[in-house]
Parts: sequence; C-alpha cells; structure tokens
Amino acid sequence: MNVLNFINAFFSDSAHWKGYDGIPTRLWEHILYSLVALGIAAGIGLPVGLLTGHTGRGGNALSLIATAARALPSFGLLVLMFVVLGLGLLPVMIPLVVLAVPPILVTTYEAVRSVDPSPVDAARGMGMHESRILLQVELPVALPLILSGLRSAAIQIVSTATIAAYVSLGGLGRYIVDGLYQRDYEKVVGGATLVAVLALATLGLFWAVGRLAVSPGVRRSN
Amino acid sequence: MVSSGDFCQTRRVCGVLIRIDSVTKRYPDGTVAVDRLSLDIPDRSITVLVGPSGCGKTTTLRMINRMVEPSEGTILLDGRDIMRQPVNTLRRSMGYVIQNAGLFQHRTIIDNIATVPRLLGWGKEKARERARELMGRVGLDASLAKRYPYQLSGGQQQRVGVARALAADPPVLLMDEPFSAVDPVVRKGLQDELLRIQEELGKTIVFVTHDIDEAVKLGTMVAVMRTGGRLAQFAPPAELLSEPADEFVEDFLGADRGIRRLSFFPSAGLELVTAPVVATDSTAEQIAARDTPDAPYLLVTSPDGKPLGWSEPRNLTAGEIDPAQLLSYGRPFVAGTDSLRAALDCAVLSPTGWAVAVDADGRVAGVVSQQTIAEAIRGAHKESTSEAKALR
Repeated sequence: MNVLNFINAFFSDSAHWKGYDGIPTRLWEHILYSLVALGIAAGIGLPVGLLTGHTGRGGNALSLIATAARALPSFGLLVLMFVVLGLGLLPVMIPLVVLAVPPILVTTYEAVRSVDPSPVDAARGMGMHESRILLQVELPVALPLILSGLRSAAIQIVSTATIAAYVSLGGLGRYIVDGLYQRDYEKVVGGATLVAVLALATLGLFWAVGRLAVSPGVRRSN
Repeated sequence: MVSSGDFCQTRRVCGVLIRIDSVTKRYPDGTVAVDRLSLDIPDRSITVLVGPSGCGKTTTLRMINRMVEPSEGTILLDGRDIMRQPVNTLRRSMGYVIQNAGLFQHRTIIDNIATVPRLLGWGKEKARERARELMGRVGLDASLAKRYPYQLSGGQQQRVGVARALAADPPVLLMDEPFSAVDPVVRKGLQDELLRIQEELGKTIVFVTHDIDEAVKLGTMVAVMRTGGRLAQFAPPAELLSEPADEFVEDFLGADRGIRRLSFFPSAGLELVTAPVVATDSTAEQIAARDTPDAPYLLVTSPDGKPLGWSEPRNLTAGEIDPAQLLSYGRPFVAGTDSLRAALDCAVLSPTGWAVAVDADGRVAGVVSQQTIAEAIRGAHKESTSEAKALR
C-alpha cells in the first residue's frame, strides 16, 4: 500500500466524518487553536513591531529577543508548560504564541523601517500627527511585508498546533498521535494530509487578504 | 551688500513675512549646521537659499516649519514666534515640497493632493474638488486624478507635490530642492510653471537649491550660504551677478557670470535691421537692392514672414529659391521679450554671426549683428553701473 491508498481509505471511511473524533470537529478545533494563537501573537507582534519600526528605537533588542524565541523548541516548551500549568488550553497556546511572535514582530519592524522616508518627511512637514503618519502613511505601504510575516506565522502555527494532541486536547494532531499509538497509519497519513491542506488554505486566504487590503498603488509599485 | 531693508525701499516689495533672527543650529555632537543666521524673507516673493552641500540651507528651511528646532535665536512668522505656536498648526499653514515629491504611493493623485485639506477637517468631496482645481493650476491633466503615483513621470509627480503643498492655500511655501531629481528639460518646464503660479498666487516662497542657475532664474532675492552655515550674500540675482560680495560668492557663481548677467538686460533696446531680409517671392530687383556691402548674407523668409535660412546674395535667383539650399538660421529670439543673453546666444549660434529676431507670432522682425549686440551690452553695463551709483 502506498500513501495515496492510505489517504483514499481514510477519507472514504464515513465513520471519519462524524462524531467528536470526526474530521469536521477536529478541523474546527484545529482552526480555533490556530486562530486564537495567531490572534494573541499578532496582538503582541503588530503593535510592538509598528511602534519600534516607526521610532527606530529598540530594533537591536527586538532581534535579540526574536532570535532567542526562535531557538526555543515548541515541543519542549509544551511539555514544560504542561508540567507547570497542568492540563488545559494555556500550555498549548504559550508555545504557539512564542513560535509566532518573532516572524510577526521582526517583519513588521523591518516593513515599517523600509518604508521610503520621503513621504514620511512630507507628511510630517504637512503637519500630520505621528499616529496618523504611522497608520495612514507607513502602514499601507508596509502592509504587503507585514502580511507576509503574518502568513508565515500562521502556517507555522497551523502545522505546529498538532502538538495540542500530546496534552490530550483535540485538533488534527489527534489523528497523528492516536494513529501512531494505535499503529493505524491510515489515520496518521489522513491527519497529516488535513494539516497540509489547511496550511495551503491559509496561504490562499492570505493571498486573498493581500488582494483586498493592499492598495493597487502599492501592489504595482513594489 | 544690500540688506533687505534697502530691498524694501527700492523695489517696493514690502512687509517681511519671515524673519530669521540670529539663528544657530548646533547638534549634540558639536556640529554647527547654521551659525547666527539673520535673514528677512520678504513677503510675496521667491527667496532662494543656495550654497554648496553642508552650508546649512536645508537645515535653515527645515527650521522654518520646525522639522529642525533652532538651538538659539528666533524665527518670526508674520511677527509671531514660531516656537509659540502648536507645531502641527504651524506646519499646516506652510506648504512643503521636497525632492522626489514624497507622494503617498497608496493614494490616488487626487487624494494625495487633498491630504492637507482633509487634515484640516474638510469633507471628502470639498477636498477633492479643491484638489481637482489645483491639478489644473499646476498643469496636470484631469484624467490623471484616479491614477497612482507610480503611473506618473518624475516631472508629473513633482507637479503633484506642488499641488499638494498648495491645496490648503497656505501663505508660505517651503521648497527643498524640489526640481533636483528631474532631467534638465523637465526642470526648466517646472521652473517656468512655478514662476507662472507665483505670478498668480503671490505666496512667500522659500526655495532651497544647490544650482546657482536655478537660484538666479527663480529668486526675487538670493541668499548665498557658505559651508559652516553662514550667510555670504543676500541680494537680488542681478546684483549678485554684478557685485559678488567676496571671492567665495564669485567662485560659486562660476566663470560665466558675465554672460548670465545678460539675462537681466532686455533686448528691447537692440536696433534691428530689415535691409538684409528677402522673401521667397521677392523679385530679382528686390534681391539686387538688398545686396549691400555691409551684409554679406541675406535672410530668406517665407511669403508670410517666417524665417527660412541664410544665403549669399549671388546664390539667390528670383523665383527659384530652394529652402533646402539655405544655411540654417539657428534659433531666433523674441524681440523685446527675450534678454540680451538670448540675443547673444542666437548670434553666436548663427553661421553668419547675425541673430534673427522674431515677433510673438514667429515672423521676422529684423536681424542684428554680433557687433550691434556687443555695443548694446556695453551700453547696458554702463547704465546699470550709473543706476547702482544713483541708488547709494
């Protein structure tokens, strides 16, 4: 049997489409974990990245923290958090957020830094407030790069959220962890396929957001 | 050196709008960008700050809208200390144009121009209407309104930059090397456009450039600054060219300042001659009559008076004049409107040494020899020297 057969068998089994261990439930759980983690990471990374990028201060400290955070193994952190905090969603969210903040933070900082300084100078000279300069002059131009940071963070979250299953939570990781334990390789491959498809869907979603949110003037001139 | 006080009395451009009073800008590392600079920038005129790089001209400009804060001294705008006004209110009362325009690439042309009116709280439609009006004023086609900056040429972008600065109708316009990044042909167009707009609007314009030709062309008054942020000379351009204050200014003006100065003398006094001019439909007698010893060449025109070219009289046969066989007449100058510099240039470029003068419709008004132009130059110099003496 090859992988395609596994996939075919997994998805054609009607039992896999219903119940608390059915594909819709697990998929929804996975999307939920991912959205919450991305939301928290963006809530930290975007404002800090925008502010440091605008002022140009704290860039060095930022890249240091980002590098350190990247060096942390997600799985190790999960086990540590599980030991410290016990069961629950929080021990899962912490490693996912730690994973996602650095790409968001660093690309947002870089994106704002790399905005052409002359429109910013012009805006300031016209009497625009600093907050408006950031939100109405720098952000729209930096948006494509910021979105690319969010996109890579989202994809990392989607693929890493499988670890939730190790601490008895749901998500698509359930199939992989249970499948390995039960030596049910059909399940393992099925779960992995679902994760890959979800990652691709995430890519597509960010492409669509980019089309809608980025001004044609910016999209075409870059 | 003539102070601006004299300028006021002699040229009747009064009411100082911006007074820079012994202003110094010293950076924390000890560098002095501007050193005890005092300058009275007259109302409703173009004042050009010019000098080599590092002379503090841009710093001076940026202190006027507080993009740089002076370390010492005061700047008064219409008698009020600029440091006592809310910074953004101050900036919104001054148009600001920079090199490369600095347009917002995510906004359409019309929304770029509408920026300051929107900041001032105008409604979207009113601001856009104003922006549309300004596009016309700076010579931008209305069809460009919905375009984005990347779709425009450098010259067009700079026009948008000027329109954006004018949108809220500020009394002051600060321009920081606005035309440095465009090619010479486009630059000349933009300069002419600025002079035309200034004629209509009468703003107080402070213009920074490193190009002395641009300074002489645009400035009502020119402030030459030297390295270290000191003022070398503050004078109207004609005076700068005729009486540079010191060696630095003389060097900065360049070797051809004598020629450049001719831009300030009108060609109206030139005595034009029409004797050596024939038309293609002239008769043999007419051609023979024009053939005089003091004009070795004849200028041939079309029947309606447009210049065609030069020819020796013996090569001209009535009724058989072939325009393709004529010598090029170079570039004509417009009699009365153009300066002596333009007339001299035409004479130098002409293969016969004679300049062709045309009227506003391009019809030949007469021709003039290099010798006659040289005499006019001597006369103009004599006149301006005695005028300068009379002023003192």
